[in-house]
Amino acid sequence: MKRLLAFIRKEFLHIFRDPRTMIILFGMPVAQLLIFGFVISNEIRDAKIAILDKSNDQQSREIVHRLLSSGYFRIGAELETESSIEACFKANQANLVVVFEPDFGRKLERNHRASMQLIADASDPNMAEMLSNYVQGIVFEYVNDLNRTIESPTFIQASYRMIFNPALKGVYMFVPGTMALILMLISAMMTSITIAREKEMGTMEVLLVSPLNPFQILIGKLTPYFFLSLINASLILLMAYFVFGLPILGSSLLLVLVSMLFILMALSLGVLISTVAKNQEVAMFISMFALLLPTLLLSGFIFPIENMPKILQYLSILMPPKYFIIILKNLMIKGIGMSYIWKEVAILGLFLLVFMLISIRKFKIRLE
Amino acid sequence: MNAISIHNLHKSFASNRAVDQVSLNIDRGELFGLIGPDGAGKTSLMRLIASLLLPDSGSVHVFGFDTRRDYRSIRKQLGYMPGRFSLYPDLTVEENLHFWATVFGTTIDRHYHLIEQIYKPLEPFKKRKAGQLSGGMKQKLALSCALIHSPSLLLLDEPTTGVDAVSRMEFWDMLQGLKGKDMTLLVSTPYMDEADLCDRIALMQQGKILSAGNPHHLRTQFIGRLWEVKTPQIHPLKQRLNAHFGREVAHLFGQCLHWTSQADMSIDKVEQVLEQFHIPIDSLREIEPGIEDCFIQIARS
Amino acid sequence: MEKDIIRVRNLTKKFGDFVANDQLTFEVKKGEIFGFLGANGAGKTTAIRMLCGLSKPTSGEMEVAGFDAYTQTESIKKNIGYMSQKFSLYDDLTIWENIRFFGGIYGLSRSAIRDRSKEMLTRLGIVNLSNRLIRDIPPGWKQKIAFSVAILHKPQIVFLDEPTGGVDPVTRRQFWDLIYEAIDQGITVFVTTHYMDEAEYCHRLSMMVNGRIVALDSPEALKQRFGSISMNDVFVQLARTGEKSS
Repeated sequence: MKRLLAFIRKEFLHIFRDPRTMIILFGMPVAQLLIFGFVISNEIRDAKIAILDKSNDQQSREIVHRLLSSGYFRIGAELETESSIEACFKANQANLVVVFEPDFGRKLERNHRASMQLIADASDPNMAEMLSNYVQGIVFEYVNDLNRTIESPTFIQASYRMIFNPALKGVYMFVPGTMALILMLISAMMTSITIAREKEMGTMEVLLVSPLNPFQILIGKLTPYFFLSLINASLILLMAYFVFGLPILGSSLLLVLVSMLFILMALSLGVLISTVAKNQEVAMFISMFALLLPTLLLSGFIFPIENMPKILQYLSILMPPKYFIIILKNLMIKGIGMSYIWKEVAILGLFLLVFMLISIRKFKIRLE
Repeated sequence: MNAISIHNLHKSFASNRAVDQVSLNIDRGELFGLIGPDGAGKTSLMRLIASLLLPDSGSVHVFGFDTRRDYRSIRKQLGYMPGRFSLYPDLTVEENLHFWATVFGTTIDRHYHLIEQIYKPLEPFKKRKAGQLSGGMKQKLALSCALIHSPSLLLLDEPTTGVDAVSRMEFWDMLQGLKGKDMTLLVSTPYMDEADLCDRIALMQQGKILSAGNPHHLRTQFIGRLWEVKTPQIHPLKQRLNAHFGREVAHLFGQCLHWTSQADMSIDKVEQVLEQFHIPIDSLREIEPGIEDCFIQIARS
Repeated sequence: MEKDIIRVRNLTKKFGDFVANDQLTFEVKKGEIFGFLGANGAGKTTAIRMLCGLSKPTSGEMEVAGFDAYTQTESIKKNIGYMSQKFSLYDDLTIWENIRFFGGIYGLSRSAIRDRSKEMLTRLGIVNLSNRLIRDIPPGWKQKIAFSVAILHKPQIVFLDEPTGGVDPVTRRQFWDLIYEAIDQGITVFVTTHYMDEAEYCHRLSMMVNGRIVALDSPEALKQRFGSISMNDVFVQLARTGEKSS
């Protein structure tokens, strides 16, 4: 135990004494989150919407007014008939069409229940989801205001219709994606590099002939990065919550537990890479190509998986970040619990198990 | 019982025979030198002994333990200093020493007497990072780290390579100081002149042990008589001698020529041979062969 | 009259407060083997970098092959050859590809590269190995080839930084035979080494301690001055006195 503690202490010293490591550890998450965050939230300003108001009463006009005064939207077109919707999208006059049913206001007053339809151009799915979320938010606020004055609860059903990408399953907010990316990079890349570094310096030889067993060496290497990754995860979540106002609707405890699982999985992947890599450059190279690019491109972070060619869709099944992103999205944005995400959690667990087993088998007690 | 006994050992990497049919016994308490150029297989042999590599065939026993099966027992008694100094450059002198002490389940104080002589000059710099030490100091620290758990067998892989003559001498003084402390020392080096500082040596080339024994004994096995010739025209004389005998009998050693003649050649005959070249000779005398002379002779045959 | 190929006057190089080379003054004569000795960290590498035109002096004068150290570093580089133990040839290229590359960067014509490499490979007796990768060549041979490549463009002077480290005694001597052949072709050789017997192969030696040159003479004269029988002794004496004075 004393040996292990000495080892962990040494690892922390390595990390704290290397400015580069510190920058990657703590500078990168903040920078990445801010960049993704502001790029995306800037795009939402002045998005074009078209209105098809079949009722044209006080209530529908009030909602349109609230939409326009929110600062996110401006009117791209006023439509008369359903048939002109598609043309409107094709002419790029709007990213979102808001349709009010006939007698919208009357139904709301009489039945406390009315429906509107949001039709989004989902060829840019991030944008589509973002826009409909905003509209929903504004409508929700309006209903709340109404409910304050009326006794029986009022309800507006805003149904979606996505065209060009109807399912819209692969659309994720940037925070889960960024979190998956950063945890993957830091946990896997940093561990693989630090183990490769010991091989390069020749200290691994001495560690191997010491009474430390391989398990202790691995635990010693991984522990500091486990905690640092956890700190990072919290940092990202706090920033997402306070800077970007992202909700955390589900259980925070579950969120932390799932993040730990994902970090462990990434760490064991890092060990696996280090068993193959002889030096730091190779470790870096493998991490970049085996982790960074797939996480960016194949996990549904940037491109929705449904829009990919079949072969890439199958490939994405093998991308652990994909499941983490799904879990995060469900937990944070949809606020649903374990019963909905157990499958993804199980898959991550399976990845962890497989990577651990392979790395332990491949981590050698000798040099060949 | 031997500290190390190696029997018919083979180890290849791809098509390269790094260690080729090596058999060797090293006694307890010995200071043993493994001497040969780069690529001779010294490092591979060291790693085989340290149980870091597995033999293709043959066996290595350290204190009676087999390196295949009983590697755990071996590693407990082993100190190892690989070619590149095994130090963490971003940790301080003290942190390095403390780390290795703890890893080996001991403390700096427990065996301090062992490293005292070596570590003392480093004491004033103990807060300095190991990466900022001079070459000689790094070497001292690496040796201290390898000794801190009082190993029964210390393997030093080319500790003096690329180190200047003064630091080399100091390092060997340190090793001599460790003798008689119930420790077996195995040192590899490419410098032939370090052979005489060992109790016994093995000369290695291309994975094979050319010859092994104590340095004095190796010298007595030199075949023929060795003559040291001084002349202002050293290169012409060397060429003439080699041409005369049709093989390389003469080699440069600093400003002298070492010429190996047949054992039955008298000094008169030697002078006769030299005279016919009409090259002025400053001095001629018979000398004891050094290890380098022996190495050249064995390697050539 | 002998010409100087390197002329150095009060050459000083500082890194911040640290004086790596302190007022070096020496000449290297055309056609000689000049040994440049010193303990690790004495400042040899810094001096060689300046002499090769890789870094500029802090102060002092320096001329290599007739070119000035401050203004004509590019001309210096064209007229020198360089080889070190650490880097000499590309491991993943064949002998011939290395020759073609280094010949090319020194501006040799295609036919000159072909002729000279043929001559060189014949001299070394390795014509049949020219398509072999460098990493498959024994280390001693690698050094011999590297040296031959370093003088392929017939430089006026060649700098050898520990060219024989770890090489076996037989090959080491063959390497020195090559050095003597280069001298016969009129190339000046500037060499550092840790082998003291090699120091004696040099025509003249300089000894550096703590950034200063503390002795410069022929090996014979140095041994006489210090009353020693071996160069090793001279080296140790000089290095020890230097350490005490600093």
